[in-house]
Amino acid sequence: MIAELGHFALIMALGIAIVQTIFPIAGAARDNLVWMSLARPAARLQLVFMLGSFAALAWSFLSNDFSVILVAQHSNTQLPSIYRISAVWGNHEGSLLLWALILSIWTTAVSLFSRRLPDFFVARVIGVMGLVSIGFLLFLLLTSNPFNRQFPAPMDGADLNPLLQDLGLVIHPPMLYMGYVGFSVAFGFAIAALLGGHLDTTWARWSRPWTIMAWTFLTLGIALGSWWAYYELGWGGWWFWDPVENASFMPWLVGIALIHSLAVTDKREVFKNWTVLLAICAFTLSLLGTFLVRSGVLTSVHAFATDPTRGIFILCLLGFFVGGSLILYAWRAPYTLNAGRFRPFSRESLLLLNSVLMMVAMFTVLLGTIYPLIIEALGRGKLSVGAPYFNSVFIPLMLPVVAIIGIGANTRWKQDEWRQVWRRLRFLLAGSLVLGIAMGLMLVDSRYIQTITGITVALWILFTSLYTYYSYLKDRKNKLESLRNGPLGFYGMTVAHIGFAITIIGITITTQHSVDLHERMEPGDQVEFAGYTFHLDSIRSLPGPNYQATEAIVGVSKNGQHVTTMRSQKRIYPVRQMPMTEAGIDPGLTRDLYVSLGEPLDDKAWSLRLYHKPFVRWIWLGAIFMALGGLLAAADRRYRIRHEQYSGSQAGIVLAAAPVDR
Amino acid sequence: MSPRRKRIILILFVLAGMGIASVLLLTAFEKNLLYFYSPSQVAAGEAPSTRAFRIGGLVMKNSVQRNPDSLEVSFVITDTVNTTKIVYDGILPDLFREGQGIVANGKLVNTGVFQAQEVLAKHDENYMPPEVADALAKAGGTYPLPENHKSK
Repeated sequence: MIAELGHFALIMALGIAIVQTIFPIAGAARDNLVWMSLARPAARLQLVFMLGSFAALAWSFLSNDFSVILVAQHSNTQLPSIYRISAVWGNHEGSLLLWALILSIWTTAVSLFSRRLPDFFVARVIGVMGLVSIGFLLFLLLTSNPFNRQFPAPMDGADLNPLLQDLGLVIHPPMLYMGYVGFSVAFGFAIAALLGGHLDTTWARWSRPWTIMAWTFLTLGIALGSWWAYYELGWGGWWFWDPVENASFMPWLVGIALIHSLAVTDKREVFKNWTVLLAICAFTLSLLGTFLVRSGVLTSVHAFATDPTRGIFILCLLGFFVGGSLILYAWRAPYTLNAGRFRPFSRESLLLLNSVLMMVAMFTVLLGTIYPLIIEALGRGKLSVGAPYFNSVFIPLMLPVVAIIGIGANTRWKQDEWRQVWRRLRFLLAGSLVLGIAMGLMLVDSRYIQTITGITVALWILFTSLYTYYSYLKDRKNKLESLRNGPLGFYGMTVAHIGFAITIIGITITTQHSVDLHERMEPGDQVEFAGYTFHLDSIRSLPGPNYQATEAIVGVSKNGQHVTTMRSQKRIYPVRQMPMTEAGIDPGLTRDLYVSLGEPLDDKAWSLRLYHKPFVRWIWLGAIFMALGGLLAAADRRYRIRHEQYSGSQAGIVLAAAPVDR
Repeated sequence: MSPRRKRIILILFVLAGMGIASVLLLTAFEKNLLYFYSPSQVAAGEAPSTRAFRIGGLVMKNSVQRNPDSLEVSFVITDTVNTTKIVYDGILPDLFREGQGIVANGKLVNTGVFQAQEVLAKHDENYMPPEVADALAKAGGTYPLPENHKSK
């Protein structure tokens, strides 16, 4: 009964999404205020039904209703409750339901926080987002209904994939989807602006906080996924250039380009077309990511789906949105006027250059991700693109990006003299180089060129970011007061850039200086590794709630001093007959020690993996800074105060312009 | 500065970016393409002898042999028609077991043995790497392996 209610709620949500699309968009085109006014209530009502539908599925999981096929396939009576909740989205159908729910949440958020925006604009945004809703709800109802039943119901379920039975994986998908789907808001704003016919700069200002929030969620989602892979896969790796990771990484890169391009369009009234294109691109890549992960064209832990009709449906959806928005773009964009004037050496140019480089970087990732699929589709054999490709292309591309970050932030809008910029920044450059080389040499290793480069560019970002404060405060009388009242967007930018520097340091040092050892050990054995002594104290059996574990207890000491005791488990989940490794990790700001149990070799001996990973935490610490920067920037009052001005002083202009919209 | 010159500079920026990227791409791309070969293709001499590639198949029953003093391990994989011996020095993945489909990255060494750099088994008991499923279908053998199917 509950499942049927959920199914019914989903159908109702589709009906409302259709209303939410047709009336507001048509109303905006025909100046029909009543039709336009349907946008907000429709968006909120859709959310009510989506929440109902999602709650019904969650209830089916919590109450072990195995007559629902999805529950039978992905849950089990032995499964702890928290994982029954995450099992809701630990599968194809449920994760798409989550996608649609989150889309509905974003749409409702737009309906709530857009009171100062002109009605016809909000109507169009909500209408476009409704169109996306229709696509995904149809997809759910036609190909991936999560509420399908089977009779007779099995006694017990097939259990959730043990890899997904983890706290990190409970929050990773919702975070990631908040980011993915959040780009639909920027997309909605861009399409609404194109539909309106005049691509002014106001839409750029309006979409800035939304885009920044989406990107912030995506940052956290990706970082959580990386952290999860690190401790859960038992390999000590934190990024594999796996197609599924790339699928989330590409919109993230374009998101960065979009955030900066929106800022330029907002402030300087230039690059309007490029910004719109980036907004379309970011959302397209979100859809492409969904297609790659959900269609089953890839093969990895995340690919739950194997049914080709689903793949074709998402591909059609992708084609519709990409094709539709590009046609609209081609039709409307030529009429755009870029009012601002700037010279080739100016902050505008540097920001443009970096956004182009971000797009190029995205394309290199895209190529490596889909090339194997294309070759396979053409029947030219099977191949894969190794991780070294991505490293050797992506990292060199990031070097000019990092250089330009530092220069751009200290270059004036409109025009600047490169000589003056050089004079301003030369000591910072020298400082980063000297300190970078010194610090790189302190970590003695044969591969210190990479280490020195990594640390130098990170210091460059840090110094140039701090220098912007010096420039900001230099000529002000009351420095403390200025600092306190400084715009939040400025602080957000600095925090995010410093976060990027922290991540660069983490990636560089972990990649260059991690050491690992695969060792055969019996209880009582000890091994010297990375300056520590690892002593295998014992190996014992241990029952878990829904698994049987073998646990190794490893004592770690340094120079005779006890450092820590680590435990690594090898778990067998009997329902799926699937083994899993739970790594033992001793975290630290400057190094992680990492032990994972390999395989039993004979009666007593096991193989063990030992890792020493310096600065690995910095990778995720940097991501937290980037997200914090995003939050600060999104909270900047300037976006909202100006909204007010627009609804007040500029409302007349907007209304006067409205007839042109047809 | 005229809009025309601005546009030219913009295009130059894009071209320069694309140019650098293409050079990096083409060199790195070619080096890192890993093609997949089945044991039958290896037996027919189609696989490259110097370049790294991927191989996949089912792990034969009773073919896993360990060196008692180290982590060296060898096993035989099959596409039900031909077999290839694989040697590996390291820890096998959690889901590695006999009868399971696996994929390995590495090179052929002189003796016609495949030296694996990495062995991959997927995290699902029903899961068969698609390359392996494909290779089995092409070879036309039967799956699951009959119990008496012995290594050559």
